[in-house]
Amino acid sequence: MHVSPAESIDAMRAVSKIGFDERGILRDTLLLTLAKSEDEKKALGACFDLFFSQPEPSKSDTRNESDTANENQPPQDQGGQPAGGGQSQNLGPLAQMLLTQDPAEIAAAMANAASAANLSDIRYFTQRGLFSSRILERMGIARLNDDLDNLTVTNPALAERLTTATDALREMVRDRVAQALLLYGREEAENLRNEILRNAPLARIEPRQIEEMRALIRRMARRLRERFSKPRKRQRRGHLDVRRTLRRNAAWGSVPFLTAWKRKHRDKPKIVALCDVSGSVARVSDFFLLLIHSLHEVVSDVRSYAFSGHLIEVSDILESKSAEEAMKDIMGKVGFGSSDYGSSFADFERQWMETVTPQTTVIVLGDARSNNLDPGADILRRISERSKRVVWLNPEGRLTWGFGDSEMPRYQTFCNVVRQCATAQQLERAVSDIVVTYH
Amino acid sequence: MSEPRPLASIEAVESGLASQGYIASRQIATAVYLSEQIAKPILVEGPAGVGKTELAKAVAGWRGLKMIRLQCYEGLDEAKALYEWKYAKQLLYTQILKDKLGEVLGGAETLHAALDQLHDFGDVFFSKEFVEPRPLLQALEQPRGCVLLIDEIDKSDAEFESLLLEILSDFQVSIPELGTIAAAVAPTVILTSNSERNLGDALKRRCLHLHIGFPEQKLEERIVESRVPGISQTLRKQLVSFIHSIRTLDLKKQPSVSETIDWARVLVLLQAPELGHEMVKDTLNVLLKYESDVEAALPHVTTFVANAQRQNVFG
Repeated sequence: MHVSPAESIDAMRAVSKIGFDERGILRDTLLLTLAKSEDEKKALGACFDLFFSQPEPSKSDTRNESDTANENQPPQDQGGQPAGGGQSQNLGPLAQMLLTQDPAEIAAAMANAASAANLSDIRYFTQRGLFSSRILERMGIARLNDDLDNLTVTNPALAERLTTATDALREMVRDRVAQALLLYGREEAENLRNEILRNAPLARIEPRQIEEMRALIRRMARRLRERFSKPRKRQRRGHLDVRRTLRRNAAWGSVPFLTAWKRKHRDKPKIVALCDVSGSVARVSDFFLLLIHSLHEVVSDVRSYAFSGHLIEVSDILESKSAEEAMKDIMGKVGFGSSDYGSSFADFERQWMETVTPQTTVIVLGDARSNNLDPGADILRRISERSKRVVWLNPEGRLTWGFGDSEMPRYQTFCNVVRQCATAQQLERAVSDIVVTYH
Repeated sequence: MSEPRPLASIEAVESGLASQGYIASRQIATAVYLSEQIAKPILVEGPAGVGKTELAKAVAGWRGLKMIRLQCYEGLDEAKALYEWKYAKQLLYTQILKDKLGEVLGGAETLHAALDQLHDFGDVFFSKEFVEPRPLLQALEQPRGCVLLIDEIDKSDAEFESLLLEILSDFQVSIPELGTIAAAVAPTVILTSNSERNLGDALKRRCLHLHIGFPEQKLEERIVESRVPGISQTLRKQLVSFIHSIRTLDLKKQPSVSETIDWARVLVLLQAPELGHEMVKDTLNVLLKYESDVEAALPHVTTFVANAQRQNVFG
């Protein structure tokens, strides 16, 4: 989420009008002024709840503790007070604070120490210990330990109380750091994870990561949409549209008060995607189809076909069902067979060749391993002649093309672009390049 | 009601809007209150028919201000939104004043002198008399302030957004020939969007962002109560509960608040004492706007009606 200085000023102005009295209204106010979309509202709401989750429970906890402590303590206190009072003169400020058990004061001291230790810089969970000890140091733990050592000799009862209080303090600091990590470190950890995920080979990611991958792909789609969904009409300044100008100015004797300029119309991409869904390529196809079909605003028309042994159209399945269900459905119909590129291309030519127009980009996604069957390269040539371009995305590395049963070199001649496409990042680049050719 | 009513507090906004028949959630009331306090426009997003446009009308009605509405569409430009020169009038005046011009310029001996004299007239033909104010300029010129509704901003082109920026942040517009025109009283600006396309960050930054979704059951009951006064309590509860069940289905277009109100009116007209299967099946087309949606909903009607009736007995 991006919050500019102007926005934070606005938020502060709004808050100054509203006041801090009611947390619900404060939350609404911040959501109104800072968030700029529904997603951001959700994220900010969660962040708000997280940030304000700490003070209240901890305060009530310590309050309870001190209440119960006070209930138990009075007789003891009364007895030990004169001696204890004399003792506490020699104690460090932290020890005194802990003994008086003023939760507000302790919380304030901790907040000061936390900001002095730059707690908001915490990014990774490995830094937890470091920050905890830093905060404790700032609060004067060293002096406290000395006091403890002294007290164990002179006043064991007081020392015991102080030890319990110190343990409670350590716990509070730990909680505080954990919360800060959750608040400040989440983004960094997520970025790191996403970066790894983005460059991992799609075919080999683990099942538990699939959901994360889907989210990542959706984010990619949003980025591509934002980049390319700009208006498609662009004025060509300098080229006067004479006919429209005359017509528009007919009312005042064709004296050209209003000028009309020629416009350039740009096509939206039309895409026909042929996806191999056999064995190892299936996962890449899965993510590719998800990406292509989330580009509604950028791409005017997508028709998707899936094949291994034979080819079927899957556009409707992808449009009507959720990502998981759609893939399950497609796999049930054509998946997991051994691939036969020749007969799959033949299926396409027979039934859907007319969907390919001179504005269409045909994308084939597959490893081009046709199990030594007829590759059907001549059909690909005919597709290539009809279409604007043919793009082949191959999940295998370039080195392996042409070895074994790979027919890549034969297909390559009929493709305008051939690229390796094994990771999410390569996928994004490939799709972005396809869309960019229409701009 | 010569002075526009001030906004005292969030509660005052809530009750004020309620007096216009608009039942606002606290979020909405907070947004309206804040927009007045820190002088920022409100950008309202949400599905069609949840009362985005109604909100502007209610605010205008309650505060006794004039409402100026600018409906956005593709190709809307500054000539239609901001101002336009009255070309015909300019042309006519030059024709009529031709002789006069000749007289004035007659004294000049050289072309240069004539040109100098012409300069002395100043920009007679590009003065305020020849400006045709369009909604945005009208809104700035209202002496008592007004409510400016910029409806469906997402339908307009991205260029138009940039045109709005000056108005939204400073409540002024710059006309090259006339200079900057600032608002006499800053208008209350409400923009609505159906999220058909993403709006630019610059625009969003200048606004309070308010998202109105489908209301909760309690709130929707109050809305129906205020909008359809003749409806019985039993029917109202059943109807709203039924609509909430319908919204759980996968539909092309979910019924929104405006459909709920329409349907409630229909049922009152048909004098239905409470929800019945046959009645619901006959009038489902008021609620659902696609044939496929009606077909998808039909098999569930019986269950939903039964649920609604049961809920009403216990609730």
